[in-house]
Amino acid sequence: MGDYTSSELVSIFAMQGFAGISLFSVLLLMALGLAIIFGQMGVINMAHGEFMAVGAYTTYFMSSLTETYFPSFMPYYFIFAIVVAFFVAGILGYLAEFVLIRHLYKRPLDTLLATWGLSLIMQQSFRTLFGAREVSPTLPDWLLGSYQPTETIDIPLNGMFVLALTAVVTLGVFYLLYKSSWGLRVRATTQNRVMSGAVGINTKKVDRYTFALGCGIAGIAGAAFTTIASTGPTTGTLYIVDTFMVVVFGGAASLIGTIVSAFSIAQAQSILEFFISGSMAKVYTLFALVLILMFKPEGLFASKVRR
Amino acid sequence: MKYSGFSKRHNELRRHILKGFMALPAAIFLSTSCIAATPPTSEISTTGLAVTDDTVTVGILHSLTGTMAISETGAQEAEKLAIKQINDMGGILGRKIEVIQEDGASDWPTFAEKSRKLLVQDKVAAVFGAWTSASRKAVLPVFEKENGLLYYPTFYEGLEQSKNVIYTGQEATQQILDGLNWVAKEKKAKTFYLIGSDYIWPRTSMKIARKHIEKVLGGKVVGEEYKPLGDTQFGSVINKIRLKKPDVIYAAVVGGSNVAWFKQLKAAGITSKKQTLLTISVTEDEVLGIGGENLEGFYSIMKYFQSQDNENNKKFVAAFKEMWGDDSVIGDVTQAAYLGPWLWKAAVERAGSFDVDKVVAESEKGDIELTTAPEGYVKLHKNHHLWSKARVGQWKKDGQATVVYTSELIEPDPFPAGYQ
Repeated sequence: MGDYTSSELVSIFAMQGFAGISLFSVLLLMALGLAIIFGQMGVINMAHGEFMAVGAYTTYFMSSLTETYFPSFMPYYFIFAIVVAFFVAGILGYLAEFVLIRHLYKRPLDTLLATWGLSLIMQQSFRTLFGAREVSPTLPDWLLGSYQPTETIDIPLNGMFVLALTAVVTLGVFYLLYKSSWGLRVRATTQNRVMSGAVGINTKKVDRYTFALGCGIAGIAGAAFTTIASTGPTTGTLYIVDTFMVVVFGGAASLIGTIVSAFSIAQAQSILEFFISGSMAKVYTLFALVLILMFKPEGLFASKVRR
Repeated sequence: MKYSGFSKRHNELRRHILKGFMALPAAIFLSTSCIAATPPTSEISTTGLAVTDDTVTVGILHSLTGTMAISETGAQEAEKLAIKQINDMGGILGRKIEVIQEDGASDWPTFAEKSRKLLVQDKVAAVFGAWTSASRKAVLPVFEKENGLLYYPTFYEGLEQSKNVIYTGQEATQQILDGLNWVAKEKKAKTFYLIGSDYIWPRTSMKIARKHIEKVLGGKVVGEEYKPLGDTQFGSVINKIRLKKPDVIYAAVVGGSNVAWFKQLKAAGITSKKQTLLTISVTEDEVLGIGGENLEGFYSIMKYFQSQDNENNKKFVAAFKEMWGDDSVIGDVTQAAYLGPWLWKAAVERAGSFDVDKVVAESEKGDIELTTAPEGYVKLHKNHHLWSKARVGQWKKDGQATVVYTSELIEPDPFPAGYQ
C-alpha cells in the first residue's frame, strides 16, 4: 500500500467505519419489529419479511402516484410514504393478528407454520398486484449521491438517511415500551399474562396492538430499504434470515440485546468483508455466531423473566 | 378407514389403466384419418413426443419468481412472441405450437425438476429456457438423459457444448474478450477490479477475463470479489475498490443484487465522471430496475441493444411492444431468446421431423441462418453456438444505450485454447 497518502487512508477508514454503521442501522431496523413481536408475545413471525415488502411496495405505489398526479410534490413524498408504509403494514398486521394469530397463541409451533403460510400468500399477492419484476421507486434528489466533508470522503446520503431513521424509530420504540402507559401494559402482559388480566389489562388488545406495531415497524424498514435495493415479490425472504439471526443472537426478549447483536454482526461482517471476499465474510460471521450460540443458547442478553 | 389409502391408490391405478384403453382407439383413429396436406404424425415424430395432427407442444422454463425474475421475464415474453408469430404464419410442419410454461423460481433444483417434468411427463418437442449458468448446469444432465432439446438464450462463460443444447446467446470469447480489448484500447486501461455474484458464470467469466488481462493485454487485476446471490450490501466492497483505484471496474453482478450495487455506487459518489465501469451483466431489462440515472455513462458489452438501428429490429421492437405493452424494454437475452423458436423452426422444417436427433443433426450442419434476426445476421455454427457481433453500449439516463463500438462477426469458440 505504498502509493497512498495518509489522508487517503484516513478517508478510506472513515468511509469503511460508516459502511459498518450503515449495515448496523439496516440490520437493527429490520430486526426491531420482529424483536418486539417475538420478545413480547413469543410469536415467531415468519411473514416479517413480507411486511417489509408491504412497506417497500407502498413506497413504490406512492412514488408512482406522486409522479403521475403531483409531480411538484416529488421531493417530499418519501417522508410521507414512510408514514403511510407504517400504517399500511400496521393495519395488515392488526388484521393478521385478528384473523389468524390470536387463535394460535397456545401453540407456538403452529404460529410458525401459519405465519409462513401467510408469507406465501403475501408473496403471491405481490406477484399478482405488482408483477414478478423487481421495482424501484423514483427517489427524490436529496437521497441520491453522497455528502463530501472533504475532497476524498464520500458518505452515502441514503446510508445517512437510514441511520437517522433507525435512530428515530429505536428511540420511539423505547419511549413507547418503557415510558408510556401502553408500554407498561405490554411489559406487564409479557411478565405475567394471567395476573395482568386480573388487574384489568385487556391482554388481547395489548397483543393486537403489539403485533400491529411490530408489523408497522417492518413496513418502515421496507420503505427505507427502497433507497438501497429493489423490491420484488420475494424480497422479504432475502431479509428474513439476517433478521432472525439478529434477534436470536441478541436474546429473544431484550431490545438492548437486539441492538448489541445488530452492532456486533454488522461490524464483524463489514470489517471481514474489507479484508477477505464477501462470501467468505458471511461464512465466518455465521460460524462465529453458531459458536457463540453453542455456549450461550439464550443469546447475548438472556431474558430474566421467571417462567 | 385403515385401508383407505390403499384402496384410493388402487382406484387411481384402475382409472389410469382405463384411461389408457380408452385413449388407444382414439389414437389409432386419429393417426389414420390424417389430412393429406400436412405430413402424417407417424412420419414426423417417431419417439413419442407431444405431437398431434395439428399441434406440437413445447416447454418454456424460466424464473417467474425469485431474484432472477427481473431478468428472465423478458426472455419468456420474447419466446412467446416468436411462437405467436410462427403460429400466425401457419406453425411448423402444419402444426400450431402449444406452450407449457413452468416456473424455475430462481432455484436450480427446481429447474432440474421442472425440466424433467416437461420432458418425461409432457413429452415436449423442445424447451426454451434457463437463464443463469447454474440453472443450465442443473438441467443439462436431465436433457442429456432424456434426450431433450434446450434452446438456451443467455450469454455465458462457454466451456460447454452439449448435443442437447443450442446456445443462442454469446459465449465468453464473443463477449468478454472483445469487451476487454475495447476498454484496454479506448480507455488505455491497465488495472482492473473484477466483481461478480457468487456462482458459476461470474466465476468462470472472471477466470477467463483475468487470463486475458494478464496474458494478452499485459494489464493487472488489482482485486477480485464475489458477493452471495441476492446480497444487497456493497459498502465494504466499494471502499475496497476506492483503495485499489482501478482503471476499470469489470462487473458481473446479477439479479436483484445488481440494483443494490449500482444504487450504492452512485450513493458512494462513484460515477462515470470519475470511474470507467464495464459490465457484462446489464441489459435494458436490468436498467429498468436499476434506474438509468444510477448507470449513466457506464458501459455494457452485449451483442444486442434495443436502440440498434436496422429494419429487423424496428419490426421486432414494434411487435414486442404491441404484445407486451409500450413500457416494455428489450435486453440482449430477450433478443437471443426470440431467436430460439425461429432457429428451432428452421431446423425442424429442414429435417422434416420433430425428432430430437434429426433436428440436432440439421442444426449441426452449420448453415442454418437467420436473416431476420433483430441483432442482424446470425448463423448457427456446427458447435451449437451462433456467429454474432459484439457491441459496446454506453447507458443514458432514459435507460437506453448508445452503441459506441461494433465488432466484426465473431466465430463462436466455446473452448478457447489457453483459457481453461
